[in-house]
Amino acid sequence: MNEQKNLVTLRHISKEYRRGKLKVKVLDSLDMDIAKGSFLALMGPSGSGKTTLLNLIGGLDQPTQGDIIFAGENISTMSSAALARWRSRHVGFIFQFYNLLPVLTAERNVELPLLLTNLSRAERKRHVAAALEIVALSDRATHRPSELSGGQQQRVAIARALVSDASLLICDEPTGDLDRQTADEILGLLKQLHKEHGKTIVMVTHDPLAAEFASHRLHLDKGTLSADVAA
Amino acid sequence: MKYCGLLWAGLMRKKVRTTLTLLSIVLAFVLFGVLRSVADAFNAGVEIAGVERLIVTDKYSIINMMPFGYVRRIEQIPGVTRVAHATWFGGTYIDTKNFFPKFPLDAQRYLDLYPEFVLSDEQRKAFTENRQGAVAGRELADRFGWKIGDRIPIQADIWPMQDGSIAWEFDLVGIYTNSTASGPANEFWFNYDYFDEARAFAKGQVGWFIVQLADPAQAQQVAKAIDAQFANSDSETKTSTERDFALMFAKQVGDIGLIMTGILGAVFFTIILLTGNTMAQAIRERIPELAVLKTLGFTNTSLLGLVLAESVVLTLLGALLGLALSVLLVGMLSGALQAVVPGVSISWLNLAGGVGLALLLGIGVGLFPALTAMRLNIVDALRV
Repeated sequence: MNEQKNLVTLRHISKEYRRGKLKVKVLDSLDMDIAKGSFLALMGPSGSGKTTLLNLIGGLDQPTQGDIIFAGENISTMSSAALARWRSRHVGFIFQFYNLLPVLTAERNVELPLLLTNLSRAERKRHVAAALEIVALSDRATHRPSELSGGQQQRVAIARALVSDASLLICDEPTGDLDRQTADEILGLLKQLHKEHGKTIVMVTHDPLAAEFASHRLHLDKGTLSADVAA
Repeated sequence: MKYCGLLWAGLMRKKVRTTLTLLSIVLAFVLFGVLRSVADAFNAGVEIAGVERLIVTDKYSIINMMPFGYVRRIEQIPGVTRVAHATWFGGTYIDTKNFFPKFPLDAQRYLDLYPEFVLSDEQRKAFTENRQGAVAGRELADRFGWKIGDRIPIQADIWPMQDGSIAWEFDLVGIYTNSTASGPANEFWFNYDYFDEARAFAKGQVGWFIVQLADPAQAQQVAKAIDAQFANSDSETKTSTERDFALMFAKQVGDIGLIMTGILGAVFFTIILLTGNTMAQAIRERIPELAVLKTLGFTNTSLLGLVLAESVVLTLLGALLGLALSVLLVGMLSGALQAVVPGVSISWLNLAGGVGLALLLGIGVGLFPALTAMRLNIVDALRV
């Protein structure tokens, strides 16, 4: 892939964890390019390093070696605070178990990333309303997560990922906790964000049917990537 | 301001737990307000005691009397400018709960020595001219609704009259005020000459002398000279500064400051353990939520601030409620405590101290959980 067209470029990425005295190498000199506007499904068996790779791409973790370039900016050398600010500006996260704050209503959950911006209260409210409209949950804005179904909670999580207009969406098994029909609705929504809003999406999934929604699929096994398969 | 909702939501996550913790903090600060007020009232005499005055008492006991003639002898000692005397009368006004200090004294000498007690010239003249005249402090007069011209009956418990009667009566001829901001005006004075003539025994004897110094720096030297003057006599003396005397007097009841500090120390130590444990538990329960906030871009410092703010808001809220309640309580108790500890009131300094203490408490109990939140590793915390 052309570097110009890439939103994320990973070069010689290695990641080791310490388990007591033991060093566990999860990723070994991995190279990867993620094109701007692509919808990438990352598949592989448990323990293959999918989530580790996703965490590195999303700036939640730092590689032991190698560089991660996001839109020309090397995020692998950023300080913890700089990386946090970078995440707030560029990345939206969608987790398997939604990870909403149970004490906040849907709209207050969606508003969270905007608290880190200089937007006024009215502007934040407008952005939140727009994000909830995209995920078709405007009528549930004042409900708490416990008052919403799994699918609705995941829609709130998607709205939260969208609200600050992040260019990269990181999805870790976003349908892993949902039934087939709801999963398809969520995947359809992600596809819509990719197609209509130009979002770059990296999704980890075990589900081959979910992976079908992506424009590209990569297989990770024992820390190495296999060939990219176009959808 | 934009974090207020998040902060409040954190506090309200477990309403019952937060409410109980808040109540314990409220209670601690109610105790703080009340106990500090009582301790201050006990120490009021110490705080306003002058350094330029000495108090001469009997060497062995404050209840032993000394000859009136010592006045002239003390006046002769170099470094002494004025001498006054007073005696403890005790006695009861209508009911034993109506306690207030009553002193027979030489008005002229006493008022010259205590310029902070303000009495108009007219009333001062009336006091010296009326043998049965008496003067009351403004607080005392207000407490009992006395006005000039009233006849004040006092039942004696130490000093019967020559005819065996214990019913003393005085004419209220003046009401003095205290010009020092925190000084009380709650004493009742009457003429020593009348008291000495009318009492049944110990004539020519007084309770203590107050000595004004030409130079406060000579206090120790003059005190030694006074005690040397009366060494080996029937009434040996013990001379101390007014402040030391007031302190010793306050300690007759016990070291109130130490007792209050001990109680408050125990209360706040318990509160630190209780609130600290609550905060730590609240943060432990919210580790995945804090990890989500970090994921969304909240920095380590902002999480540290958020958790600390939560703790400080809780303790400040508790302190403000507690101090407000203590103001009400002290207001209600001051009347009831008047007999035992006159002048109980809560000062702005104590209120400000309480708020400061709440801030420290909030930071103290929130620091460890806040550091835990700050050091949270997102990847590990999201797995919890």
